[in-house]
Amino acid sequence: MGKIRIHNPGLLSTIQDMGRVGYQKFGMPVSGAMDIYSLQLANSLVGNAPDEACIEATLMGPEIEFLNDTEIGIAGALTDIYINDKQVEASRNHQVKQGDVLKFGTVKQGCRFYMALAGGIDVPFVMGSKSTYLRGKLGGYCGRALQQGDEIETRSKRDFRQRQINPDSPILPKETNKIRVIAAIESRSFTFNGIEKFLSEEYTVSNQSDRMGYRLNGPRIEHHEGADILSAGIANGTIQVPAHGEPIIMLADRQTVGGYTKIANVISTDLPLLGQLKAGDKIRFVEVRLDEAHRLMREQKKNLERAVKVI
Amino acid sequence: MIQLFPLGDSAFQVKFGDTISEETLLKIRAFMQLVEEAAIAGVTEMVPSYTDLIIHYQPLKTDYKSLVTQLKKLATEIRALQITDQKTVRIPVLYGEPFGKDLQHVSQYAGISEEQVIELHSKASYLVYMLGFTPGFCYLGGMDKAIGTPRKEVPETKILAGSVGIAGEQTGIYPIESPGGWQIIGRTPLKLFDPKKENPFLLEAGNLLEFYPIDNNEYTRLNEYSDG
Repeated sequence: MGKIRIHNPGLLSTIQDMGRVGYQKFGMPVSGAMDIYSLQLANSLVGNAPDEACIEATLMGPEIEFLNDTEIGIAGALTDIYINDKQVEASRNHQVKQGDVLKFGTVKQGCRFYMALAGGIDVPFVMGSKSTYLRGKLGGYCGRALQQGDEIETRSKRDFRQRQINPDSPILPKETNKIRVIAAIESRSFTFNGIEKFLSEEYTVSNQSDRMGYRLNGPRIEHHEGADILSAGIANGTIQVPAHGEPIIMLADRQTVGGYTKIANVISTDLPLLGQLKAGDKIRFVEVRLDEAHRLMREQKKNLERAVKVI
Repeated sequence: MIQLFPLGDSAFQVKFGDTISEETLLKIRAFMQLVEEAAIAGVTEMVPSYTDLIIHYQPLKTDYKSLVTQLKKLATEIRALQITDQKTVRIPVLYGEPFGKDLQHVSQYAGISEEQVIELHSKASYLVYMLGFTPGFCYLGGMDKAIGTPRKEVPETKILAGSVGIAGEQTGIYPIESPGGWQIIGRTPLKLFDPKKENPFLLEAGNLLEFYPIDNNEYTRLNEYSDG
């Protein structure tokens, strides 16, 4: 058993794992990491099970003191990492000693990074998950974002082995980000022109974007009829278009049902990249077939399996 | 025959109708029951709504083609009215003051006495069509239109969990404390949602719900909340 103390929580730091699966029929959002690819990378760096909970940091990382010796791994958005004010290499795991202080620079590329602790974070499972659901005030650490002074229990570390993330493994945003989608059945409710705009023009992530979803700015997508439907279930990456015509991508903390017409759904392989976008970033949507999406999922899983190696 | 429409690469959307109806709800429930009993590998959860069912699956843990075949075969076995899991949940409500501050407004709007509002509200049997909006929030059908009252023009910033309200022709219960514009006619002492319980949710889609009036003493005896 060990402990870490939060000196400064950063902009928004929460505990997240792969999400709370199985309770959506009761209206319970899934939550979980916005970028589950980087979450798994961080865990692999310290030899954890890939789905163990990590601290998800947003744009500005936390400052953390270690109250016991342990080992950390960080993956996701690019940021400078300092242990006791000395910069350390980002793509490796690090041993830290009791009293060491971890700090981060502001994020240079991407939006969210994940810090894994060897052995995992010891917060209770709530409905099968350690993920924080902020609006529901449950899961994670006391159902909320981390705050100054919080002390979080960690499990025991194992023998240290130096590991490293392959340089070509991280998924990070570029100037324009290609996001692949599968058309939704309700895409029939949009005009041909509307669909064409959606698949050819550039959209920008607006500042009304958070863990629940991203509102996009860009060319308006027209509906044939109204934009409202009888509320129905949605999925991670479902793109809804309300009457104003600008799409909204539903993400980790999304409600379980939505009442706006769905135009398409982001493929699983591109959800981690979406999790790394911030306000102002550009998106272009590209339609793919379902079998192609499944092939890409298998490929990403293989990449993940060989992304971290012992050196 | 059902059609399975892809909702992304890890879920299907299945349409069972176009309008809110008990028949559609029962078909969805019957299909969910069949899929649950078949315990198909890779199916992680199912989310019903008024007319649709979303089936989530793990493409890396199941063969897509055989999954489609199995689901379509199960759909041919749907017998809408033969579902076996329709349970009735009775919800005690302390109507009126101190929690139901809008009972008087509802009675004035309906042009009947407060006692008649309570009687109409508690004698109906409500069908739970779906849950959503917030964890444990039920979309109910079956309220007597005579007590229908429009929402408040300015929503309240804080409505206590357990509050029973009316909005237009709907009635419902707030499972967690939240802002809201419903006309609050009472409060149930029971928690609809408690993450600490082994079964965190009191209700699910397909259940029948009945409200029954209780007095202050009974409210105190049954109270699961620490506020109020």
